[in-house]
Amino acid sequence: MNCREFVDFLMGYLEDELPDEQTLIFREHMRECPRCETYLDTYRETVRLGKSFCSDPDGPVPADVPEALVEAILVARRAGDH
Amino acid sequence: MTHPQDEDLLLRMRSGEEAAFEELVRTHGGRLLAVARRYLPSEDDARDAVQDAFLSAFKALPAFEGQAKLSTWLHRIAVNAALMKLRTRRRKPEQSIDDLLPGFLEDGHLEKPASEWMPVPLDLVERKEIAEIVRSNIARLPDNHRHVLLLRDIEEFDTEETAEMLEITPNAVKTRLHRARLALRELLEPHLRRSPE
Repeated sequence: MNCREFVDFLMGYLEDELPDEQTLIFREHMRECPRCETYLDTYRETVRLGKSFCSDPDGPVPADVPEALVEAILVARRAGDH
Repeated sequence: MTHPQDEDLLLRMRSGEEAAFEELVRTHGGRLLAVARRYLPSEDDARDAVQDAFLSAFKALPAFEGQAKLSTWLHRIAVNAALMKLRTRRRKPEQSIDDLLPGFLEDGHLEKPASEWMPVPLDLVERKEIAEIVRSNIARLPDNHRHVLLLRDIEEFDTEETAEMLEITPNAVKTRLHRARLALRELLEPHLRRSPE
């Protein structure tokens, strides 16, 4: 396996979707290639950063619930009698 | 079974209490607007999508059995409303993600070897800066890849749900997700790599 193939198989490896034999080859490459090990760490960190900084359905409510939007929704509800 | 914190509000809405609907909108509106803005660059479109989402939710309220938390249920409705709004907009020509992907030498080595990244700082101001870097670089991804990354990694829908929402195959979801993550990694690297000692 070379670095290009390592990068191609990265997501499959992290999601545990590679066949056993391919997993072994993937790990062997990682042992021999510290740069690819770093690549894997930073790929994983990319996913983690996206999750922690962009998502959180129960996180703090953004301050800007525009009053006009609240009003428009309530008026539309009354008009449609939902 | 309904989640206890939602039970009172649901009961009041089902009995038609106006103030309960207002409470729902004020409690969840800001969060849903933040979700809609991730998909819709126009503020007007994002607000329209949130309005559509609440009206759909009010309509579906009698059938809501409380299997999920109210916030989770509304979140899903808002994502669907935002995607629906996107479909009504004229599609821009598909951008290619290739320019953002890592390059390889002929022997298969990476053109630019990966560097170690600094740990995410604990300081709130610095964290805010990193958050802004992450968000602005997600926004740079081509739409067809960004939407998959948002649905899978940020909104945490599974591959099948994402495929259904975007009307593409599960395999296309997987390929686009991997390419979106690779591109985002490339975009973040210059900001996050450790400076040489």
